[in-house]
Amino acid sequence: MSAQQIVFLVTAGVIVISAALVVTVRNLIHASLWLVITLFAVAAIYVQLEADFLAVVQVILYIGAISILIIFSVMLTRRVMADTGPQRIPQWPLAAVLALLVFGGLAYLLVQVPWPLAPNVDVSDTVLALGEAFVDPNRYVIPFEVATVLLLVALVGSISLALPERESD
Amino acid sequence: MPEFSFGNIAVYAYDMIGWVLVSYGLDPKLVVIIQKFLAAFLLANFALLTPIFTIWLERKIAARFQDRLGPNRVGPYGLFQSFADILKLLTKEIITPSGADKVVYFVGPILSVAPVLGIWVVIPFASTMIGANLNVGVLYSVAIGGIGTLAIMMGGWASNNKYALLGAFRAASQLVSYEVPLILALLIPTMLAGSMGMQDIVLAQGTWFVVYAPIAAAIFLVSSLAEIGRAPFDILEAESEIVAGYHVEYSGFLFAIWQLGEFLHAFTISALVSVLFLGGWRGPLADLYPILGIVYLLAKTYFVYFITMWIRATVPRIRIDQMNNLNWKFLVPLALAALVLVALVDKLLPASLAGSARAWAHFASNVVLMAIVFGMLRTESRRLQNLSAPAPVAAAH
Repeated sequence: MSAQQIVFLVTAGVIVISAALVVTVRNLIHASLWLVITLFAVAAIYVQLEADFLAVVQVILYIGAISILIIFSVMLTRRVMADTGPQRIPQWPLAAVLALLVFGGLAYLLVQVPWPLAPNVDVSDTVLALGEAFVDPNRYVIPFEVATVLLLVALVGSISLALPERESD
Repeated sequence: MPEFSFGNIAVYAYDMIGWVLVSYGLDPKLVVIIQKFLAAFLLANFALLTPIFTIWLERKIAARFQDRLGPNRVGPYGLFQSFADILKLLTKEIITPSGADKVVYFVGPILSVAPVLGIWVVIPFASTMIGANLNVGVLYSVAIGGIGTLAIMMGGWASNNKYALLGAFRAASQLVSYEVPLILALLIPTMLAGSMGMQDIVLAQGTWFVVYAPIAAAIFLVSSLAEIGRAPFDILEAESEIVAGYHVEYSGFLFAIWQLGEFLHAFTISALVSVLFLGGWRGPLADLYPILGIVYLLAKTYFVYFITMWIRATVPRIRIDQMNNLNWKFLVPLALAALVLVALVDKLLPASLAGSARAWAHFASNVVLMAIVFGMLRTESRRLQNLSAPAPVAAAH
């Protein structure tokens, strides 16, 4: 086994274990901290794929912003954290069968489909290539601009929701 | 055998260790790992030991600003005061409050230092010395800095103390919101250099970027000050309101780690400012003798650090509404305007105009923007003064 494979297996193991802990631990803060570890390990996978920009953005957005938002809102609800209710829903056997079927189907596909390997491309400057792809009219300029407008709309919407209602006088 | 050169002695030592180990018959791949590990060990220890000196320096300089003497009993000029403090903190008991979440409580302070150390990976010390020349260096420094916010929230929450939790809330709101102008200001050197790699940004600074973009430099400095949570942005640990904020329950060495993280962070942002805006390791003869680059970088870093100490010792703490207003109503719009301005000016200037002439053209456009901003601030403050007629102390509803 090469060193690369060992590193991948360790990261993948961290992802699986911490992801399982996210949904099984009872303390909500602990769950969100495990989520942080999961997301961080996913960033490590991106690094191994030499997608450094994606890895860094993953850390900024998911750990620096989204996790902190989650923890922030969970902290405000201290009483809810000590949840003592049952952790299983009654339909869990059905859900387990469905999950296994989906897993089996996906695993079958993974084995059956011949995955074409990309030719040896130079991945030394992914940021430059990504930046050019975003503004190239023949590639991703329209999805990029649409996403930007969508984010702007969300921004304006959240501000208008948070604005205190003006009293009509 | 690597060729000896005095100007490049650090790299020579690095290569020499590798050469000796390979000649002993070790696997070259393993040797590279050992070399990198040694370099990382040295870098981390340099960064971790620097606060011992900077804490003394800061106490001494802050004392001078406030017409005091500062530490002067232990050793010459009180130089060994920090060592005495370290010994004191090491011997004190680490108290865990009842009801604290033990693991999170212990991980919090460690997680506050680790990301700051991580920033040192991308700081170029000389033309030949950088931990890792990532092509996303700038973004990496922001990403890893964001983990510090998480550490503060973990420490504040796990302490099982209302003041600590309040401090953590304040910290989260302050750190997350000041990240916005910070990133916007970082975009400007990135744009000017055409790269996010720290080494490329330093190489692009034939004229320092502080001349190209003084507004961006100022915004970066102010929002970095807010990111490290020192005066005037220290409402997250305001003694008179919430005792000490997120680290109120910490004692002994765990408290020392929080303090270490804060001082190291202050030093680190000074290094970032010097790399991004003050030309990093650039200086006379630094190209010929890379070892000089370390001297220049440290000199610039201590200069910026002195400015942060100056601000800390001079400006009183701002209120939370002032903190939010400064960020969302001043820094963010100004950073956006400066970003558009730099992009426009850079495209409008003819490509033949290069070097310092181009820099001063940028500088002039920044001065114009600043004049407009000061004019707007003046009108706004006049309007507010006219609005605020003396109000009754207790208004009846």
